[in-house]
Amino acid sequence: MNIQDKNELEQQISKGNKRKYFLESLSSKVFLACALLSVISLLLIVGFVFYKGSNPFITGGYSFFDFLFGSDWVPSEDKFGIFPMIVASIYATIGALIIGVPIGLLTAIFLAEIAPKSVAKIVSPAIQLLAGIPSVLYGIFGLAIIVPFLQNNFGLARGQSLIAVILVLAIMMLPTIVTVAETAIRAVPKTYREGSLALGVSQIGTIFKVVVPAAKSGIMAAIVLGLGRALGETMAVILVAGNSLIIPTSLTDSVRPLTTNIALEMGYAAGTHQEMLFATGIVLFSFILILNFVLARITAKGAQ
Amino acid sequence: MTMIVSEASIFNSTTSATTDTYATKIQVNDLNLFYGEKQALFNVNLDIKEKEVTALIGPSGCGKSTFLRTLNRMNDLIDGVRVIGNIHIDGENVYESNDVIRLRTKVGMVFQKSNLFPMSIYDNVAYGPRMQGIKNKKILNEIVEESLRGAAIWDEVKDRLKSSALGLSGGQQQRICIARAIAMKPDVILMDEPTSALDPISTLKVEELITQMKKDYTIVIVTHNMQQAARISDKTAFFLNGEVVEYDDTNVIFSTPKDERTEDYVTGRFG
Amino acid sequence: MRKFKDNMLRGLLWGSAFVSVAVLVIIVGYIFYKGFSYISFDFIFGDYSPTGGGGIFPMIVTTLLTILISLAIATPIGILAAVYLHEYAKQGRLVRMIRFATESLTGIPSIIYGLFGAVFFVAILKLGMSIIAASLTLTIIVLPVIIRTTEEALKTVPATYREGSLALGTTKLQTLIKIILPSAMPGILSGIILSIGRIVGESAAIFLTAGTVAAMPTSIFSSARTLTVHSFLVTQEAGDIGLAAAVGIVLIVIILVLNLSATYISKKLNKADY
Repeated sequence: MNIQDKNELEQQISKGNKRKYFLESLSSKVFLACALLSVISLLLIVGFVFYKGSNPFITGGYSFFDFLFGSDWVPSEDKFGIFPMIVASIYATIGALIIGVPIGLLTAIFLAEIAPKSVAKIVSPAIQLLAGIPSVLYGIFGLAIIVPFLQNNFGLARGQSLIAVILVLAIMMLPTIVTVAETAIRAVPKTYREGSLALGVSQIGTIFKVVVPAAKSGIMAAIVLGLGRALGETMAVILVAGNSLIIPTSLTDSVRPLTTNIALEMGYAAGTHQEMLFATGIVLFSFILILNFVLARITAKGAQ
Repeated sequence: MTMIVSEASIFNSTTSATTDTYATKIQVNDLNLFYGEKQALFNVNLDIKEKEVTALIGPSGCGKSTFLRTLNRMNDLIDGVRVIGNIHIDGENVYESNDVIRLRTKVGMVFQKSNLFPMSIYDNVAYGPRMQGIKNKKILNEIVEESLRGAAIWDEVKDRLKSSALGLSGGQQQRICIARAIAMKPDVILMDEPTSALDPISTLKVEELITQMKKDYTIVIVTHNMQQAARISDKTAFFLNGEVVEYDDTNVIFSTPKDERTEDYVTGRFG
Repeated sequence: MRKFKDNMLRGLLWGSAFVSVAVLVIIVGYIFYKGFSYISFDFIFGDYSPTGGGGIFPMIVTTLLTILISLAIATPIGILAAVYLHEYAKQGRLVRMIRFATESLTGIPSIIYGLFGAVFFVAILKLGMSIIAASLTLTIIVLPVIIRTTEEALKTVPATYREGSLALGTTKLQTLIKIILPSAMPGILSGIILSIGRIVGESAAIFLTAGTVAAMPTSIFSSARTLTVHSFLVTQEAGDIGLAAAVGIVLIVIILVLNLSATYISKKLNKADY
């Protein structure tokens, strides 16, 4: 070993180390700060929305009960009841669930289990792509095709209606549900299938009795993700909802879900009116939290 | 197997080079180590001599690897590890010093499986020196060549220094790992079962290399393979349940161990 | 009997898949059918004129600007936050809290981000309806996406690389820069591409923070509309489905290109392991 080299190396080392330890502790602090930023933005958003939204009820003397269950929303007359919107949001989401979830899940099962490889190889990525396209495009399609179709075939004055919203949301959540559920089903170990098939259970029986239950938590995640997307969707819904402030009693009624109320009025709202839109946001937020909570419970159960 | 036949002759060569000719390089006093609440090492006392090969043997989970990793403080990377006791290397207390970087440049390590980076052979060997701030091309070239020669692999790779290190065979990769450690010009090299993933021929090459290297380095090697310990080491420490049961010249451990448990282990009665 | 049930279920699976694919093909087909005749060089690179027709170049520029600004802020913060969570933090309460926060951020609907941005960035920080206000809002939207994908990418870097590097007397920072980040780069890049997709597809949050001005932005403080908001507005205000569909084609092509590059990069990632 060359002694000169060795000395030089050692000198370099002792010279550089102080700076290195300094950089080491500095960098770890910077990294921590970045991580905290995400917490701060969450707190900021949640805190801000809740602060603004609760203000009318705390300092303005408005009743929260009347807000939730009042059926009149007339900002110019100081009337703020969002019950019709809550109902519209719930109906629209449940409707989309009823149509979109079964089709989406069955499609996912098809692609993961029984589709010929060549078919799955083309269809899966295509559906994944569709999960990524702007949701507005689904709304545009709804307005151009579904709305006129309803108008012409069911004798409606306007095609914009609850059923139009439901159809658009169901179509929109399809790619999300298919993609996430397919991944979950594909993740089920081969040995499960082999074990069942070896016992003489048919392929279809194996899929529904063994594979799907094994992928349950992933499938639930897919459903909740899809529902979250439907519940939070705004712009596509504006185009096909009709935006009337009535409590829907039939599928053909024009509706205004929570999200569209915020988007439509935020541009010009001020004062209490604006704060009431934040309060609308709180309600929406609570729905999402409940959904996520349900998901967390289900995944925790699935993990056991 | 031929390895067993040659055992006796290697014994002879190791005895001639042993005991007290060299100074103590690493001194371990009352070393205890805890993973959280669980104690993994109990009162370990060892004097490791300079320019010798010291083998650590024992059944899996006995703490030999954990002990090895205290010598360059690699256990620091694990959350909740506590070390009580002293390790002096060249008279300097390892766990009192704050300069882990200097410790690790002085005490190199070779791992169970090759962990070369996804870079060229050259960049792998030059990585350590570069990180110490050596930029001069000529010096780096010298270090790389010297290290690869030191790891007896220069002739095999000198024409492909710029190609990926991950394209080499397992045995070659492990020798590049040794070269990478040598490039830091360490005094001590720790080896954690360096041949456990290699075929017999590659294993022999690495063993040959280790025997050559001890004229320049103090080597501490963890091994599962008792023949290997017998072939290449001067001293052997037998670990059991986190304690050093017996530590002596290798030929003593393998021929006339003092402790019954050591005898049981080296004769293959458990492990 | 069982055979009959099996066949029925099999038929149901084929049927559902057929419906899904058919609906999605019809949507994309319709958008291309309606919009294709609008696509021309002038449409893409021409200025917009409110009197009918007109190009979408201002919206393309606005979209690019929002992507650039929000990624310029979110990418470094997101990557470093993920590095902290995965490489530095002792697993405990703080880390659980940060993870919970980032996961919750992913679940919030974009209209709520818009609500927040419209008052916080636009009014309180006095940025006005502007590209910068929209970009800051988008930063918060994509931050959790980048953190999560980067963390996933860091998980794929073998622990032995870290040990190997640290055992050579390098610092964590050196190991991070020279070994870990380069190995995780493909995964990080596909996360960034995903975020671009999210920004391009975003409408509600931008609608409330950037406004609707259909002109070439003169600075990042100009109000402007992105492609997605534009396709919404020409539908809602002018009922011009053809024009909206043409913008839709551009959007679909952008998303397609983004997806293909993400797939390409992650394929490269798998090859890089030899």
